[in-house]
Formats: sequence, C-alpha cells, structure tokens
Amino acid sequence: MKRTTMALAAFVAGTGLALAEDIAPGDVQFDGYEVQASLTGATGNPEEGRKVVTSKSMGNCIACHAAEDYADQQFGGEVGPPLDGVADRWTEAELRGIVANAKIAFDGTVMPAFYKVDGYTRLGDAFTGKAWPADKPVTPLLSAQQIEDAVAYLMTLHE
Amino acid sequence: MRQQLLTGIAAFALAFGTGAALADEEAELVINGEIEIVTKTAAPAHLDGALEEIMSGWRFRSDETQAMQADDFDNPAMLMVEDAMVAWETAAGTEGKSCMDCHGAPEDMAGVKPTYPKWNEAAGELRTIQMQVNDCRVNRMGAEAEKVDSTAALAMEALLSSVSRGMPMNVAIDGPVADAWQQGHDMYYTRYGQLELSCANCHEQNYGNMIRADHLSQGQVNGFPTYRLGDAKLIGAQTRFKGCIRDTRAETFDPGAPEFIALELYVASRGNGLSVEGPAVRN
Ligand code: HEC
Ligand code: HEC
Repeated sequence: MKRTTMALAAFVAGTGLALAEDIAPGDVQFDGYEVQASLTGATGNPEEGRKVVTSKSMGNCIACHAAEDYADQQFGGEVGPPLDGVADRWTEAELRGIVANAKIAFDGTVMPAFYKVDGYTRLGDAFTGKAWPADKPVTPLLSAQQIEDAVAYLMTLHE
Repeated sequence: MRQQLLTGIAAFALAFGTGAALADEEAELVINGEIEIVTKTAAPAHLDGALEEIMSGWRFRSDETQAMQADDFDNPAMLMVEDAMVAWETAAGTEGKSCMDCHGAPEDMAGVKPTYPKWNEAAGELRTIQMQVNDCRVNRMGAEAEKVDSTAALAMEALLSSVSRGMPMNVAIDGPVADAWQQGHDMYYTRYGQLELSCANCHEQNYGNMIRADHLSQGQVNGFPTYRLGDAKLIGAQTRFKGCIRDTRAETFDPGAPEFIALELYVASRGNGLSVEGPAVRN
C-alpha cells in the first residue's frame, strides 16, 4: 500500500505539470553555497535518489563515493569522501547546493557540477567523443527531479 | 557553516589518505630475469611542486597482470613484436628496401625510443616515433604511410620500444619543442567536457585511488604501446588520450592531431627517468 503511494508520487512528480515549475539551471538561487528552494518545488523520492547516486547512466556518484548503504553495489570509488553520515554533516539546503554545483562549496573540486549548462571546454555529446550539437540546448548532467531525488536520498544517510 | 565545510574537507583528506595505499607498492619489475625496469623514481625537475615521485602504470595493476609483463613468453604483445620483426626485414615500396637495409638489426635501434617525441631539424617539426617511421617509409622506401595507431604502426612501435626496455625515458623539453611542450602542459591541466576533469585531476591528484573499478595510475606513457587485455590488442598513447578525454564527456581530438602530438611529448616528459617498458600489459 505504502509502496503504491510512493510510486504514484514519483509518477506525479515526473509529469509535465511538475516540470513546468522546475527552476532552470541558470535561475538557481545560491545563498553562499546553499540552495534553499527545491528545484522542482517538491520533496524528492529517496528510492529514486539511490538509483541516481549508484547508476552509471545517471549521477554515477558511486564512481567517486562509496557508502555503507550501497555497499551491495561493488566498487564505490575513493576520489571523494564516503557519503556515510552526510545527513548529519550537512543540511538539506547545503546538500542541494553541493549536488547542483559543488564548485561553489569546494573551491577547485574535482566533483562535477550536476545542474549547470555553460562554461565548458569542448563540451561533448555525452560519451560519444563528438561535439555537443550547436543547435541543441545544453542539458545539465541531472534533471531537477533527479537532483531532488538524490538530495532526498542523501538526507537518509545518517551515521 | 565554515565548520561544516572544514569537516567535509577533513573527511576528504581521510578518504584520500586511506585510499592511496597501493596494493603492489613494493613490487619490482625484472623482465626475463635480466632487464631491470625502473617503475618508480624521483620526478624530473619540471614537475617540482606537482609530483615528488613518478611511477609506472605497471605498479597499479594486479599481481596477475604484472606477472605477464615479467616474461616475454607470457606477454601477448610479443607476438606483435615478432610480426614487426618480419616487417623490419621485408622490403616494401618502390625502392625495394627494408628497414634493415638502412638500420641493421632492430637491436641497433636501442636508445631511440626513449627520446621520442622528438624535434626533426630537417622537417622543422615535432615527431612521434610513428611519424618518423612513416617518414622512412614514404621518403626512403617509397612505401605508403601507416595510419596512426594502426595495427602495423603499433607493432613497429612495440618492436622499437622492446629493444630499449630498461633505458630511462629522456625526451627533450626545451629549444625548438618548448612551445609544443607548453601546449601539452596546458592541455594536461585543462578541465575538459561536461565533467570538467583534467588529466591532472585523475592522474596527478588521485593516482592510487579507485575510480569505480579502476585503480588510477599516474597515466604515464613509458609502457606504450600497451597490450590491453580487455581489448586483446595493442593500444597507442594517443588512442588512450582520446578515450580519457571522451570519458570526461568532451569532444575529443583524434590520434595524429597536433594537439595530441604536443600532449604525447608533455606526458612522456613527466615520465623522464622511468624505464622504457613497452610493450607493457594493462587490463
Ligand atoms: C569525479 C568525482 C566525483 C563525483 C562523480 C561526485 N563527487 Fe561528490 N565529492 C567529490 C569530492 C572530491 C568531494 C570532496 C570535496 C572537495 O573537493 O574537497 C565531494 C564531496 C561531496 C559531498 C560532501 C561530502 C562530505 O562528507 O562532506 C557530497 C554530499 C557529495 N560529494 C555528493 C555527491 C553526489 C550526490 C554525486 C552524484 C550526483 C557526487 N557527489 C559525484 C568528488 C565527486
Ligand atoms: C575521469 C578520470 C580520468 C581522466 C580525466 C583522465 N584519465 Fe587517463 N586514465 C583513467 C583511467 C581510469 C585509466 C586506467 C587506469 C590507469 O592506468 O590509470 C587511465 C589510463 C591512462 C593511461 C594509461 C596508463 C598506463 O600505464 O597504461 C594514460 C597514458 C592516460 N590515462 C593519460 C591521460 C591523459 C593524458 C589525460 C588527459 C588528456 C587523462 N588520462 C585523463 C582515467 C582518467
């Protein structure tokens, strides 16, 4: 029963109606490195967020970060700190800011900015090695919904 | 807020410190029980402030992969070297000459590979060893140039590398190549693609760390061309660069492009002092 409600919520959030209210990458309000407002206007779905964090085709956070919670998925990376306990170390607004654009929180970080569409050198079309088509609007690495889902998931990672 | 930022950085330092433990840090490479390979040594002076020690990619591979390189009978790339030995003594092109007619035995070319990429005074250009081989083919043998990183070009490069194994990499970085070297240097620190990652982000800041299932090395080229077990074939340095840049979600350069010739010179110079070990075995 509970599961159905969750799935429904995810479905509703994914509809065009919700998308129309998304804050575009260029319009995100950073307060220092924090972002107070949800990019979709709603709270994300932590179960979906777990997928965003661990899937190569989405956030691929797992390439750089390990965490106990997804130790079942092998080979969490060591380039970034383990994500265990991030919910104790950071507020939701801080986590949203870090995931949307970690360059603001961490000067010179290797962590990619996931909700940004400009300022790139030789932007490619995903992993094809070809240039991003000049006539196609640039899409961020993650959608507003995926960022909110990832943030909701990170908020469950207590020590 | 500041407090939390610091915590984040401390956690990062901790993760880095533990992750940097190298599984095979103390292993040494001796090929065929006789060729001693320097796989770790002091960094060249131009890397002051960037790296203190330079290490071959061999150090970062599994025991099994490491062992394959210690004996030519276990190194699959030596089959390609044998192909190239046949090509070496076979006449090709309109002049009816082979490499051997001008250069003697392949062993007589020992000491050549460590100096490439290198400036060619007569042509007024920086050349990789593949470009130099092509110059001989076209202008002295009347044969066709081989495509960059093609099977034949890589096999010949592997042969020329194999006879120099154990000799220290020693490419020149000043004089007429200074501009190209600087260009390569700047590329090495450029954050390419949508992931905004530079060579240095992975191979200077994070060598020794795992990036998902890959153990990051320093991205040295002293082992090139390398035999990649996953692809079951020889891979050229510039093809490897292409793959690494593509993985940053960037528009890459193609092997043979002037940018990659400059980058090959620069990356080779970061390995000055490591032994030539190609053809190396990598996963
Ligand atoms: C290419 C590597 C890389 C990728 C990919 C990456 N990160 Fe990071 N991340 C880092 C590094 C390095 C830091 C430490 C900050 C710094 O640079 O000093 C960090 C810091 C963080 C922090 C703060 C951690 C703490 O303990 O203080 C969070 C939260 C985080 N990342 C979440 C994510 C999420 C979620 C994703 C994917 C959507 C992701 N990261 C993808 C490298 C990465
Ligand atoms: C996102 C991370 C990343 C970036 C950025 C990157 N590489 Fe790599 N590179 C890897 C991985 C992973 C491997 C395979 C494991 C290893 O040898 O480090 C690799 C391997 C290599 C190797 C083979 C080393 C050997 O001993 O076989 C070379 C050479 C290399 N990289 C050069 C470069 C150069 C030059 C650049 C920049 C143009 C670059 N890399 C950018 C991840 C990266």
